[in-house]
Amino acid sequence: MSSAASKRRVTIAVARKDLTIEWNSRILVNQVAPFAAIVMVLFAFALDNDGILQRVAPGLVWLATLFSMLVVIQRSFTVESADGALDALRVAGIDMGAIFAGKAIALMVQLFVLELLLVATAVVLYGVEMTLAGFCEAIVTLLVATVGLGSVGTLYGGLAAGARGRETLLPLLLLPVVAPVLIGATRATEAAFGSGGTTVSEGWPWIGLLLVFAVLFCAVGTVAFGPLVDE
Amino acid sequence: MKHASFIFGSWGITAVSVAAYAVWIIRRGRELAKHATSEEMPWT
Amino acid sequence: MAGQSGTGTSATRRLGIVVILMLGVLALCGLWFSAEDVVQGSTVRIMYIHVPSIWTAYIAFAMTAVCSGVYLSAKNRSLAWDRVAGASGEIGVLFVAVSLVTGSMWGRLTWGTYWVWDARLTSTAFLFITYIGYLAVRQLGGTHRQRARRSSVLALLAILEIPLVHFSVSLWRSLHQEASVANPNAKVELDGLMLFSLFLGLIAFTLLFVWLLLHRQRAMMLEDAFSDRGLDVAITARRNEAGA
Repeated sequence: MSSAASKRRVTIAVARKDLTIEWNSRILVNQVAPFAAIVMVLFAFALDNDGILQRVAPGLVWLATLFSMLVVIQRSFTVESADGALDALRVAGIDMGAIFAGKAIALMVQLFVLELLLVATAVVLYGVEMTLAGFCEAIVTLLVATVGLGSVGTLYGGLAAGARGRETLLPLLLLPVVAPVLIGATRATEAAFGSGGTTVSEGWPWIGLLLVFAVLFCAVGTVAFGPLVDE
Repeated sequence: MKHASFIFGSWGITAVSVAAYAVWIIRRGRELAKHATSEEMPWT
Repeated sequence: MAGQSGTGTSATRRLGIVVILMLGVLALCGLWFSAEDVVQGSTVRIMYIHVPSIWTAYIAFAMTAVCSGVYLSAKNRSLAWDRVAGASGEIGVLFVAVSLVTGSMWGRLTWGTYWVWDARLTSTAFLFITYIGYLAVRQLGGTHRQRARRSSVLALLAILEIPLVHFSVSLWRSLHQEASVANPNAKVELDGLMLFSLFLGLIAFTLLFVWLLLHRQRAMMLEDAFSDRGLDVAITARRNEAGA
């Protein structure tokens, strides 16, 4: 069970299982996306002022992403711990790194869909205008930031999973860690949106920061996930 | 001394919080040690 | 005798007396005898308590990281390492909190504001929150081994996270205009007594940390022993019930 091919099979199976559960329950579409949208509307109520919304739109998109991510992660691990599925997999001797990769990929797919919706909301509600180059940069930012968020979210989500009071523990653990993503992704998205007179080329160094974060936490997550969730 | 309230305030806050923590662990240690056997307290 | 002495021994008692004496001398030197700084004026007196606090916090968090690493890599996985790591993390949180408060009081006098969004301050705030999370994870429950393993991995993750946060916050700050305050650290000229007070503070606080750590990890040892015993009692009661 330790060959690369079997690990890949486990990864794909876990990712497909999580996405199938998601597809069948449609929690993301019916509950999380509306939650994210209402957060965006509430931001507009709170910051109603000429020109402010366009300028802070990138930050609001990423804040809404982080808050919604907490909900999605908790859901992803409630599915596992409800019937002890994670324990069963561990007892069966399945590689925890592969399980981590599978759950992270499923989370990344969900997050990416969510972020696309949020960017679209920002364009519609906050009057953001993008050039073609800016659009490409926004897509790259979303992809790289999502890989980072998905891996670190799965890592800390697994830690908080089996525990009492996890609803409150996860934000405390996760939000400080993802601060670099919030900083990098917001600056890159600002460049893509052209908010505050930034140009598209100013965004690429920030995408570099996001890339470092993503690579680092994918690697660390694969190694550290097993010991962290071990019961 | 200029700014005496801030200076003494900062020393006071440090002293009070560290002292409160020290008192707390000492009392907790005494409380626990009442019920401990000597094998559980290898430092004695 | 065991019942009365608590977590203290004659060694910790002697250490405690030394620490109290040194802190007394520090207070006399720092608040009374030492001259005011040419640039900072009397506010430099806050530094004699602020710098040792943050120094102790750094020592404590480094200790937590080292002990967590040793716990995970040592063959016998002795829980003593985990307890020292936990005790050290707790003391570190205390001192980082104290130094954030005293630092912002100093900032209010020097910069006219309690908080500036400078990279070092912001990273220190993150350090504080991260180790509060670490302590929260230690309270999660489960067996001692689970606690030790989870919290050790988390402490090592924190070592990775802190530089990353510091780096990205510095990048973030470099984009914006510098906080419009004079850099007060640039020309602090220390005379002999000021230097003495500073070093005395560092030594006294380091010894204070050792004293607190010894007591705290012994108390943790007793806590662990009692919860083990509680578990044994529960299992025996269960067995008797099942047997009856």
